[in-house]
Amino acid sequence: MAKHHVTTTINGESVEFLCDTRQTLLDVLRDELELTGSKEGCASGDCGACSVLVDGRLVCSCLVLGVEAEGKSIETIEGMAKGDKLHPLQQKFLEHAALQCGICTPGFLVAAKALLDSNPNPTETEVRYWLAGNLCRCTGYDKIIRAVLDAAAEMRGETHG
Amino acid sequence: MSSLQYATPASVQEAVALLAKAEGKARILAGGTDLLVQMRAGMVDPALIVDIKKIPGLRTVTREGGGYRIGAAVAGAELSDRADISKDWPGVVEAFDLIGSTQIQGRASLGGNLCNASPAADSVPALVAAGAKATVAGPGGTRIVPVEEIPTGPGRTSLKPGEFIVDFVLPAKAAGTGDAYLRLIPRTEMDIAVVGVGVCLTLDAAGVCTAARVALGAVAPTVLLVPDAAKALVGSRLDEAALQKLDAAAQAACRPINDKRGTIAYRTKVAGVLARRAALIAADRARTN
Repeated sequence: MAKHHVTTTINGESVEFLCDTRQTLLDVLRDELELTGSKEGCASGDCGACSVLVDGRLVCSCLVLGVEAEGKSIETIEGMAKGDKLHPLQQKFLEHAALQCGICTPGFLVAAKALLDSNPNPTETEVRYWLAGNLCRCTGYDKIIRAVLDAAAEMRGETHG
Repeated sequence: MSSLQYATPASVQEAVALLAKAEGKARILAGGTDLLVQMRAGMVDPALIVDIKKIPGLRTVTREGGGYRIGAAVAGAELSDRADISKDWPGVVEAFDLIGSTQIQGRASLGGNLCNASPAADSVPALVAAGAKATVAGPGGTRIVPVEEIPTGPGRTSLKPGEFIVDFVLPAKAAGTGDAYLRLIPRTEMDIAVVGVGVCLTLDAAGVCTAARVALGAVAPTVLLVPDAAKALVGSRLDEAALQKLDAAAQAACRPINDKRGTIAYRTKVAGVLARRAALIAADRARTN
């Protein structure tokens, strides 16, 4: 069958693409639009490496069809830094060494940003539960959780030693 | 790999017509958290995907007659955001919220959880305990079906060819009614219920239970509505004697599988324990309602 012609908004910019029904939003981002920041870990919604926001909701882009993006607003890891200026979460991930291989990192960052946008002052427990769908197989979780809590404190304007 | 069509019907009638034309080769897409995984695993190979999310009402929650009408494709996160339904039916909202991760909650739907027909589906015992009914549309028109009559076995439902679920109705809650859902998993998140128990009960002004529904998940091929467990509570003040009867009735209803996640003996024992705990939580909520 003919490909679907999809018009959507990605990181604030209007984007058009062609896709087959079987292509997921993750496939489209990576293979059609060269937005390769979102990663494919499990392709079954278990690992969170492909996390993006669709109309403000955190989802696994491997479990969304590309054609479903029609008329939606998508936010990906590529929209997180503003030019050369890293988002506080990105900066804190570097400072806390909250990554090793980096495959899980974009998903953690997108998911953590979604949390802080709705809850600027989460408890450690809230952060851990929110990020339960993001798997990391090398750094482990402590540094990641600390980076998120530290970024949250900085974004609230709290100084720390 | 065959070519795969995709349709976004704008009405229930249009969806029914598409499903009829597809002669069983269509699959409904709501949140996709089961369908896309099953397609990738080669478990299903549809010729047509019918995305029902553009049908009016499928993604909305509306108050109706003192209760709620919940579109079949409403996502877990969308339901949890509703303060009113979270207050009135906390057991249903909490059960739905237990499914998967934050990301899965952004898409997963009640209609999908029910029609995937896993015996361990978390939202289903809570819906059954609450007395929820599903609106089923199909070639023969629309019918209203109690939720417990939809699953018929693992992966199987009583939906006829061409039928799909449009929405769910949670009834108006009688005064003094509370509900609760508890599940056991060996970790804190991201797991499938070893046992799940939903309880909804009503207390009168003296604290005596006047009505109850108890539903068990993951201990039989389908969700179980257990009238004997409800009878154990009705007429009591949920004293130890009544809770013992509830425990025994829940255990007696279990027909679980033996697997790496729980033996028959363990699942059976836990069903009784969770039934007691869920009943006490539901009773606390009933007193403050």
